[in-house]
Amino acid sequence: MTIVISKKRRMAGLRPLVEEMSGVKLGACYQCRKCSAGCPVAGTAGSAPSEIIRRLHLGAGDELLQSGLVWMCLSCETCYGRCPMQINFPAVIDALRGLSVEKGIKAPRGNMPLFNRMFLENVRIFGRSYDLSMIAGYKLGSGKIMDDAEKFPAMLRKGKMAVLPPSGADKKAVRRIFENTGGVKGKTK
Amino acid sequence: MKYAYYPGCSSHSTARDMRESASAVARALGIELVELDGWSCCGATAAHQTDRVLAASLPAANLLLAQRMGLDTVVTCAACYSRMKAANHEVSSSPDMQKKVADAVGQPYDGSVAVRHLIEVLLEDVGIPKLKKSLVRSLNGLKVASYYGCLLVRPHDVTGFDDAENPASLDRLVEAMGGNSVDWPCKVDCCGGGLNLTRTDVVVKLSGSIIDMAAAAGADCIAVACPMCQASLDLRQNDMKRSTGKDYRMPIVYITQLLGLCLDLKPQELGLNRLMVSPDVVLQAVSAKG
Repeated sequence: MTIVISKKRRMAGLRPLVEEMSGVKLGACYQCRKCSAGCPVAGTAGSAPSEIIRRLHLGAGDELLQSGLVWMCLSCETCYGRCPMQINFPAVIDALRGLSVEKGIKAPRGNMPLFNRMFLENVRIFGRSYDLSMIAGYKLGSGKIMDDAEKFPAMLRKGKMAVLPPSGADKKAVRRIFENTGGVKGKTK
Repeated sequence: MKYAYYPGCSSHSTARDMRESASAVARALGIELVELDGWSCCGATAAHQTDRVLAASLPAANLLLAQRMGLDTVVTCAACYSRMKAANHEVSSSPDMQKKVADAVGQPYDGSVAVRHLIEVLLEDVGIPKLKKSLVRSLNGLKVASYYGCLLVRPHDVTGFDDAENPASLDRLVEAMGGNSVDWPCKVDCCGGGLNLTRTDVVVKLSGSIIDMAAAAGADCIAVACPMCQASLDLRQNDMKRSTGKDYRMPIVYITQLLGLCLDLKPQELGLNRLMVSPDVVLQAVSAKG
């Protein structure tokens, strides 16, 4: 990996914020790179867990939020499971995602922030996930209208996609939670 | 054996077969699953990617329902299992988080409700000897690759499920059913499920290599316990074919579907008609004279 550090930037960078949001102390990492060796998407993403941590050590700022891994991480927890220092790297990634949405960083290919927004908006309304509505919202927003179109007839025929919205959830309880937490973030339309 | 049952959202949509087979198998084995009244979404990946307190509060609201019933919570979806265990961990390890969750949910929750996957109930509460006595049919040496994926086994200090790198729970069930549990290296690899709609290319690549490896190990089918894994591996086989040119015909069945067949339940009752890749090879093995 090549890490470029700008001389102009102050050294603290995102690290204190990320540590506070995730509750993870990054000082424990000694760059053994077991996390990166096990990461299923490091190659495709073009950035690896140990590299993200090192860049945070070195004072990386908002440019870190452009790293492919931020939105490509699968939260598979392999890195965390194998870390000899028990560093919860998926929590670090979640913090970077939060910051990315907060700072309005351009959405990555595939637009996971949009997917998350659509998913949570449906949960907020119905109390449970409503796949059909969530997928429709995501497709309209991302322009990926025809992706997987050939699968829908079979899924509907085999009953693998509910047509009607879910019912039975305690919607009041769910709304209360959304109102009292970070809820559906980045809801600017 | 009575438990509070949290079916999870996918059980009414993409994983109706998971719910159908789990319910049928539980009924046949005398496991009483009482569905939580008014249960809501666990938040899945979207919640933990968005807000830590939201991600802990959504499962907590459901665990409070189970607490009122005084029962352990049983889940059949590995993702719900993971989110509920993570919420318990967050709430019980941080007084600050416990307060935030209590404020959000409107009731205090200490993270003490036990969360268990149906597989754990089958192995620990029913037990292999009793299970074997209930089975009326055999898998007749069917070669099964047991696939655990991520969310049951990791992070291990949170889920506590079996072993993080080489779990054997599903393999034990397969062997108990007279199947041949194949030795293969992808048991706990990631199928890419979290990117199923957003980066399908990644899912096709990761899931494709898992199926390739199962086929190379001689497996006739892959047994799963997670609806995300099932969807990635089953639904994406035609995309894999498009990307590699190879023909993939690997049936991806829930472990409860295999159990149901060995309990002499009908394929229809177990949702086996809902699979994208035909499970004929499995049905033939079970109906063969053992």
